[in-house]
Amino acid sequence: MAILYNTDQNLRERASSCIENDFKHNAIETAQETFYVKRGQLVEEMPDWEIIRDRAAAIRNDVTKNLDFYVKQFAERAEANGCIMHYAPDGEDALWEILGIFADHGAAHAVKSKSMMSEEIGLNEVLEQAGVDIIETDCAENILQTAGDKPSHIVVPALHFDREAIAELYRKKRGYEGSSVPEEITHFLRSILREEFLAAEVGVRGCNFAVAETGSTTLVTNEGNGRMVDTYPKVQIILVGIDRIVPDLEALDTMMCLLPRSAVGAKMTAYFSVDSGPRKPGEVDGAEEVHIVIMDNGRHTLINTEFEAMLRCCRCGACLNICPVYRHITGHGYGSIYPGPMGIVLTAALEGYDNLGGMPFACSLCGACAEHCPVEIPLHDLIRQHRINMVEEHKNNPVEVPIFKGLELMWSNRAVYGTAMAAGRPIMKALADGEKGAMDESSAWIPIVKGWTSKRDFDVLAPELFRTWFKKHKKERNAGSEEGGQDR
Amino acid sequence: MKIALFPGCMVDMIYPETGIAAVNVLERLGCEISLPDKQVCCGQGLVNSGYADGTRSVAKNTIKAYDACKEDFIVSLTGSCMNAIVNDYPPLFEDDPVFSAKLRSVTSRFREFTQFIVDELGVTDVGASFPHTVTFHKSCHSTRLLGIKEQPLKLLDNVAGLQYIEMEHADRCCGFGGTFSFKEPEISGEMVREKCRTIIESGAEVVTGVDSPCLMNIKGALSRMRSTGELDRDIRVMHIARILDAKE
Repeated sequence: MAILYNTDQNLRERASSCIENDFKHNAIETAQETFYVKRGQLVEEMPDWEIIRDRAAAIRNDVTKNLDFYVKQFAERAEANGCIMHYAPDGEDALWEILGIFADHGAAHAVKSKSMMSEEIGLNEVLEQAGVDIIETDCAENILQTAGDKPSHIVVPALHFDREAIAELYRKKRGYEGSSVPEEITHFLRSILREEFLAAEVGVRGCNFAVAETGSTTLVTNEGNGRMVDTYPKVQIILVGIDRIVPDLEALDTMMCLLPRSAVGAKMTAYFSVDSGPRKPGEVDGAEEVHIVIMDNGRHTLINTEFEAMLRCCRCGACLNICPVYRHITGHGYGSIYPGPMGIVLTAALEGYDNLGGMPFACSLCGACAEHCPVEIPLHDLIRQHRINMVEEHKNNPVEVPIFKGLELMWSNRAVYGTAMAAGRPIMKALADGEKGAMDESSAWIPIVKGWTSKRDFDVLAPELFRTWFKKHKKERNAGSEEGGQDR
Repeated sequence: MKIALFPGCMVDMIYPETGIAAVNVLERLGCEISLPDKQVCCGQGLVNSGYADGTRSVAKNTIKAYDACKEDFIVSLTGSCMNAIVNDYPPLFEDDPVFSAKLRSVTSRFREFTQFIVDELGVTDVGASFPHTVTFHKSCHSTRLLGIKEQPLKLLDNVAGLQYIEMEHADRCCGFGGTFSFKEPEISGEMVREKCRTIIESGAEVVTGVDSPCLMNIKGALSRMRSTGELDRDIRVMHIARILDAKE
């Protein structure tokens, strides 16, 4: 399965290596800053932003609640438009269908425009094994494909590369001889890709939203390569997740009002295509044969569960752009093609809890993601729900179980708490730096506190509990008021 | 007005001076305060780590203690604990009508300290004087999840001599996250250091907030940065109750 790509390391190992990689770390911080500042400005300009969010959430809920109806409607309308429909319950079915299309045409050369579903099923690797030469045509994906790297963001997947690194990569791998000026690099890439577009027999692409009423698929891009993938090759394969459906064009309009603003802080992207079937007689461009592969791949299992709201997600990445954890550990810290808050919720829901390596704990539950989510998914609550499920399914770290049991006992029982405080006070005081009144790095040998004290000082228990002071205070006050009463 | 106080266990264990300051302020404003001795902790650390059953035991203890108080309001000195009680407890008792009912009677009376003073007592000037530059950490759970945004700033605005300076990204998480800071110290450490850098860059002499856990995290990191030489001046970390009680 290609959703998780780094199961050898656990969260702490993945996070540490990303934090130590100053280049990645800084690149993500800068990009995050840019996106959410721009988003914030655009949202400020829209007094009805919250109303549109409510509407979008309602639209997406309606689709989830009536998913069978909308999938059927979309398939029927797309078929009526001349598309060939393929339904894939899971990734393997999708791969079979796609390999079948390539085999039917004896195709060995394909161009591709971004599709998270294809990442999810590991399409590139499977096609390459089958002898198909498949080239990523979006700049970021091409960079990743050239580097053999994984995406660090769902919208801008090569966020962790800067222009110098990209120029160097193309120099090494593709014979580029130019400078690190972005225009020069993109010109070079364009010259390579033009050849690829002309040679490709098949175009493979994703779909941002599928419109049930019209059987249309849509593509939102900033570079126009998706449009080239869409129009040059004679055979077209469009991958659609079942959760990407909207009922009609009006609903599409609502979603498009939110998507680019939330994703990159833009009112609209440079290119927005709505495709409804193959080239018709007399039309000058477009594929002659259009295959739509609708993939479920575990999504229906979220319906009627605590994670159902996740099916509203429109993959804008706003939660990544604001997340303070993502900011530091970058996409690669999560080890999933879906990183950040949305990535935690979706990956754990689709993959189960066995191979996550602690991913659901990459969150301080600050709630910034939910606040910024254009379809109001309570992401932090869903992340915590995953933790609750993990404990119930005994997928938590067994070492911590007795510790939490001890905390439960102490925190629910006044007498135990009082005893623990009395016992802990002198111990902590002895471990602390006398002048600071806090435990510093010298206490980093103590297992439970070492994480804390390796980065910051830990204040020790006060000589007296507040409640002890309060009792005395209350007594004095009562005595005082009684005396006062007598005086009067 | 009669109120019950919810200090939060961190105030009880580590920062009694915050509780004392809050009592002083509230009594000056005419409140008669009670403190249920049996209550210990809200259990946020358990629920956030996924221990729902454990949280139920802790929560029942809290609910029983405050359900027994009949005061009009329960005033919380810690936003994130209050958030745990009002927002995280209810789903845990969905199948328990008895505790659900008790819980509702408790949560409907909960108010955060500054929210109580401004919204319920109608006071924005508590008569404090604190001639220092102050920056305010807009802690996640109070600001974002409980929506307490204006109240603490209004109160600070009326403190004599106080000069408020907003830090960059004041509402960005400090990285405490309860057990998160213990379980994922590498990530949490990066987050708090970044928070501290924005505090330092603000130039303020004092950083304040309405959440003791966040302030403990920030204080610990600033203290470490001071001893490693990354910070070349003292920055005081104080719960807002202490500023509102100040007469400097």
